[in-house]
Amino acid sequence: MRKLITPLLSGLLLLPALLPLSAQAVDGSDIMQKGGANPAAMPCITCHGTDGKGMAAAGFPRLAGLPEAYIAKQLADFKAGRRENAVMQPIAQSLTPEEVAAVAKAYAELPKVNIKPGPVERPQPGSGAWIALRGAWERNIPECTLCHGPAGVGVGDTFPPLAGQSTLYIENQLKAWRGTKAVAATRKTKAVAAVPPSRRNDPNGLMAHIAVDLSEAEIKAVADYFAGLGESKETFDESQHRLR
Amino acid sequence: MKNAKILAALLGGICLFAGVANAADTANTSRNSRLDDQTQLPKAPAKPVSQQYFQPPADTDIPNNAFGELVRRGQDLFMNTKALAPEYVGNEMNCVNCHIDRGRKANSAPLWAAYPMYPAYRKKNNKVNTYVERMQGCFQFSMNGKPPAADSEILTALTTYAYWLSTGAPTGKALPGRGFDEPPPPKGGYDIARGKAVYEKQCQLCHGENGEGKKVGVTSVFPALWGKDSYNWGAGMHRINTAAGFIQHNMPLGRGETLSDQEAWDVAAYINSHERPQDPRLVNGSIDETRKRYHADDGVNLYGVVVNGKKLGQGLQ
Ligand code: HEC
Ligand code: HEC
Ligand code: HEC
Ligand code: HEC
Repeated sequence: MRKLITPLLSGLLLLPALLPLSAQAVDGSDIMQKGGANPAAMPCITCHGTDGKGMAAAGFPRLAGLPEAYIAKQLADFKAGRRENAVMQPIAQSLTPEEVAAVAKAYAELPKVNIKPGPVERPQPGSGAWIALRGAWERNIPECTLCHGPAGVGVGDTFPPLAGQSTLYIENQLKAWRGTKAVAATRKTKAVAAVPPSRRNDPNGLMAHIAVDLSEAEIKAVADYFAGLGESKETFDESQHRLR
Repeated sequence: MKNAKILAALLGGICLFAGVANAADTANTSRNSRLDDQTQLPKAPAKPVSQQYFQPPADTDIPNNAFGELVRRGQDLFMNTKALAPEYVGNEMNCVNCHIDRGRKANSAPLWAAYPMYPAYRKKNNKVNTYVERMQGCFQFSMNGKPPAADSEILTALTTYAYWLSTGAPTGKALPGRGFDEPPPPKGGYDIARGKAVYEKQCQLCHGENGEGKKVGVTSVFPALWGKDSYNWGAGMHRINTAAGFIQHNMPLGRGETLSDQEAWDVAAYINSHERPQDPRLVNGSIDETRKRYHADDGVNLYGVVVNGKKLGQGLQ
């Protein structure tokens, strides 16, 4: 109960202060640096990095160069609870719709992850690269690159890049779509209740069944693969094909 | 001898090319008429529940020698046809777009079920089609392109890949999983308007509002379902029954087997009620004559049929 009241109260107290602000145009890069008008909307750079490339070791994702519509959708999903996360939900809830639009636009304008196309890759069966580039069709798992784009660079507004994200972040998301199964009690251990998935925001269930049907080892391996792509300094010539 | 062969192949190629170019005003007689035969595959036997589909060999079984190199080259071409053989591909398609999982997936016209069934005799026109001719047909129609010569490096590599995938498969025996295992036509027929609703809900996200697909840079990621970048009016996929089978087993991507027979037929009809590149076999520049010769008994299709006040089959420039 108290948990609910505090943000409500602070919201009310802030309201008068907000009114003059929202009349002005909100500046996206200001929000990144200094946070939103509501102090609960902390400066994004503290976690997502000054360059927007995230913090790999902490599992804070890269936002730089993600599609504007995708960022706005995620913030809406955090707000609505379709995507649960103790850190990010309160922040998303404290952003006004104008702030969401401005910060989404500003992050989308930062450089996209730059992956140079290589020659055809020949992944080894059983490796993370194999799941990424070949999938596991016997379980109806298409290769990740078929939706997330060649080399995981993302496709359109709907399919975010996986290249540029860290092992920990990718793993966390796949686990969030899985939840965990209940474990029955044994003589020595207590029963563990099932945890329902905390991310339930994929359009038409395109992503959830994939996360559920991968093994833990495969999740780690495929996350390592995309994290390991790194970023190329040489800019990519867009007239070249990216091969499958 | 060798030169004569190359010359013949070259000439054949030129004739074919000319045939495509002039098709609008003359019925071309010099083309390889066996390629015109796009009749659908016979129904494959059903798979007993207890039995698995045929399992093609694993990639680790590709030998490390000249043969293995050719197998890999064939697989590369199959997946990256537009990038690696652009002179033979007139749209933005790759073979793998319709033959899922590199031609391995059952009910997606897998290559292991195809290769051992050729040369195939067709009673309908009393002709024999070789495996290479079947692939040339896919280049001409599905890829809206120009078939590579029968003895070209490209078709040799693609044949070698299919041969390798068929390792251990019986010759001349139809295997379950061949073709697209079409659902039966729904009792009340199909409905294009209902198909549009299915499309907008389940397909548009990837294939685009106008069926144009999606690209990353110049590379097609989600293939086009109609319009200039898609298969032409002569391709097998233009048949509603064939597309319904492909869609029901393989789409939405990764969520095959979720659409009902009715939904699969409706959405297949919606896709195939849009304009796409002309049938290269166009007879005397006439849609009606072409329908009569090639489309009238070719499954269920809308070529030459009036839909929403417009006759389909106009083609695109
Ligand atoms: C205290 C640390 C922290 C701060 C400050 C923070 N975030 Fe986050 N953010 C996270 C974490 C952690 C995640 C990953 C949540 C998860 O695992 O689901 C995340 C995820 C996101 C995502 C989803 C990215 C994706 O690829 O799906 C967006 C969008 C986002 N944050 C935007 C913002 C914005 C905008 C701000 C500033 C207003 C901000 N964040 C401030 C920690 C933070
Ligand atoms: C059929 C299409 C499809 C395939 C195949 C697919 N994904 Fe996804 N994935 C999506 C969609 C759509 C989203 C965005 C969901 C949303 O809107 O939040 C997504 C999001 C993700 C995210 C979250 C990214 C972020 O920034 O928060 C991760 C991680 C991910 N996918 C990993 C994978 C991996 C690993 C594979 C291969 C095993 C894979 N995906 C295959 C459709 C797909
Ligand atoms: C637009 C979709 C599409 C594309 C792209 C495509 N095909 Fe096909 N393919 C089909 C259809 C449809 C059939 C016929 C299935 C039927 O009649 O039921 C077929 C049949 C075949 C067959 C014979 C299958 C059998 O069991 O006898 C082979 C071999 C084949 N294709 C090879 C290729 C090759 C090689 C390429 C690339 C050059 C290619 N296909 C590209 C749709 C496609
Ligand atoms: C998540 C993205 C996605 C969704 C949703 C999706 N498709 Fe596809 N579709 C693809 C991809 C990717 C391919 C090519 C597969 C490959 O190359 O391995 C494809 C191939 C096809 C093809 C054969 C190739 C062509 O261009 O003709 C047809 C037909 C098709 N899809 C129809 C549909 C229909 C109908 C729906 C909705 C019921 C649908 N798709 C939903 C991604 C999608």
